[in-house]
Amino acid sequence: MPLLEIVNLTVEFMTAGGRFRAVDSVSLTCDAGDVLAVVGESGSGKSVSMLALMGLLPWTAKVTADRMAFDGTDLAGLSARQRRRIIGRDMAMIFQEPMSSLNPCFTVGFQIGEALRIHLGMDRAARRRRTLELLDLVGIPAPEARISAFPHQLSGGMSQRVMIAMAIACNPKLLIADEPTTALDVTIQAQILDLLVRLQAEKGMGLVLITHDMGVVAETAQRVQVQYAGQKVEEQAVSGLFADPHHPYTAALLAALPERATTRRLPSIRGVVPGQFDRPAGCLFSPRCRYATDRCRDKVPHRQGALAGQALCHYPLVAGRPVGHPNPDRIANAEVPA
Amino acid sequence: MTAAIEARDLTRFYELGRGPFRKAATVRALVGASFRLEPGRTLAVVGESGCGKSTLARVVTMIEPPTEGALTIAGIDAAHPARADVKALRQAVQIVFQDPYGSLNPRQRIGAILEEPLVINSDDDAATRRGKALEMLAKVGLRPEHYDRYPHMFSGGQRQRIAIARALMTRPKVLVLDEPVSALDVSIQAQVLNILTDLQDEFDLAYLFISHDLSVVRHMADEVMVMYLGRPVEEAARAEIFARPRHPYTRALLSATPVADPGARKERIRLSGELPSPLAPPPGCAFHPRCPFATTAAGRNCRSCAMWRELLASPATGWRRGGCRRDGRRPLVPAGCALTAR
Repeated sequence: MPLLEIVNLTVEFMTAGGRFRAVDSVSLTCDAGDVLAVVGESGSGKSVSMLALMGLLPWTAKVTADRMAFDGTDLAGLSARQRRRIIGRDMAMIFQEPMSSLNPCFTVGFQIGEALRIHLGMDRAARRRRTLELLDLVGIPAPEARISAFPHQLSGGMSQRVMIAMAIACNPKLLIADEPTTALDVTIQAQILDLLVRLQAEKGMGLVLITHDMGVVAETAQRVQVQYAGQKVEEQAVSGLFADPHHPYTAALLAALPERATTRRLPSIRGVVPGQFDRPAGCLFSPRCRYATDRCRDKVPHRQGALAGQALCHYPLVAGRPVGHPNPDRIANAEVPA
Repeated sequence: MTAAIEARDLTRFYELGRGPFRKAATVRALVGASFRLEPGRTLAVVGESGCGKSTLARVVTMIEPPTEGALTIAGIDAAHPARADVKALRQAVQIVFQDPYGSLNPRQRIGAILEEPLVINSDDDAATRRGKALEMLAKVGLRPEHYDRYPHMFSGGQRQRIAIARALMTRPKVLVLDEPVSALDVSIQAQVLNILTDLQDEFDLAYLFISHDLSVVRHMADEVMVMYLGRPVEEAARAEIFARPRHPYTRALLSATPVADPGARKERIRLSGELPSPLAPPPGCAFHPRCPFATTAAGRNCRSCAMWRELLASPATGWRRGGCRRDGRRPLVPAGCALTAR
């Protein structure tokens, strides 16, 4: 039984313009000791699906799932009070903006100790001991001095370390990191990613890493799931994804990376991600896809098998060629307009 | 051929008031930047936050005057411009900012945004201005009907195209791009980079491309300048800097950048600690507290090294200037340094 199992999670927001489906039937599993990366551009629903799992969405969101289980417990059936016993203790989350995620009114020590007090019922002396131990573990120099520091006295990298210390305070089984390094500089990013991977391996945690950076995925994850416009379009082991992407979106995204470019002009993806009012009828990627046919535009694709990376596509790519496509060669060699 | 920009020892200090009872502190935001940028070429400035890249952009675009140093833009002195030259200089240098959501006036239509530089800087009548604006819209891949729309009706990538179009309205010789794609998604980033490449070819533009993303820099730049704590630490041609980085910081920066290839195992130079405060830069080499190769051995003490300054100012610039010299004798490349032994 996987540690985290989500089947067909859908999140809809009530907006002034009607319902907006931010997450569309996303399934996800993560085992203990697993590093799963969820990749996608902005608006792909990667953060929202994790916030729904943590129960952190506002009341305007309608969350439905066939199954949303953590460690054998069905989260959907829990009351808010029961859910709070799990969240922060067995399942913890790190957020994108370390500077604005900490409460500016309380010291670092107090904020880390809060989780220890509520979930583990530690007394003051035990909390202090454990907090110092945690600060040391995440690589903060001089923990005795930093324990009484306020968030504004810390740099971005230090704040993110404090966030990590807070998340791992109760030895969670699953850690969700939502773009943990996006706001940080590269040398600090390298330090934080090393720290996350080291902690994950030492404690045997499951780690769900949400990111938009393909480089971060390649260096840290074992398994990758690619999301586009709220849908999961592909899932693969990390080596397979970079060597042989099966969904045209993944392939186009990888080709658009400047470091993979072979020509002076980058092979860009035309158009933009569909919004609330211009969602296409068939495949959501069809208006931007170089392989799209009438079938793609009219019919919603079904999910392919594990061999084709569970691609949500009528013509999944194998070794760069669309399988079952009526005219693969002509399309594949055609110049994509900007 | 005259260089588009020629900068020598550009320096910018800020006075920071610390209350009535303490002396004002000096932030050395930019120290001794020298470079030469030819038309049609791209100089990338790389570094982490607080390294002075944006200060450099502000000095080059004449938003602020340099505290010291010489700056020549298209052959005109821009550090101390004559009154008659100011207008020409402002037309010659334009800037595109990082955040396309904050850099366009939400109350102006796209047409008005694009025409404003012409209203101020040229004698064109309304019809000519409109024609030029429409022509520029087409060049950045937008349609004529976008002329009458407001910025909020556009996505981030389209707004950045508008910002680029606005910058090009006065037909500048130099375009300063301050993190132009870092707020954009990968698929949109590729579109904008392509437009920049096309426009450079068409108008023979010189780009001062400021970025923290090394993969973008590697794609766009002809030459690269790496900065640390306000100081340029290494400057070389693109191929050189990526193949044979000389300065320990450049090396660390390259090794810290994630590569989108799970098979690539590489040496990771771990930098401990964080950027020191620019209010109190470390003595000697600014990088030595974080440098894995720093030493205090006699004759090559990094704490008292002033080499970066000498090297950058030396006339023997040649193909490369590097700001680290662990060896006491050689002026350009640290021959005895562990870094170059590979």
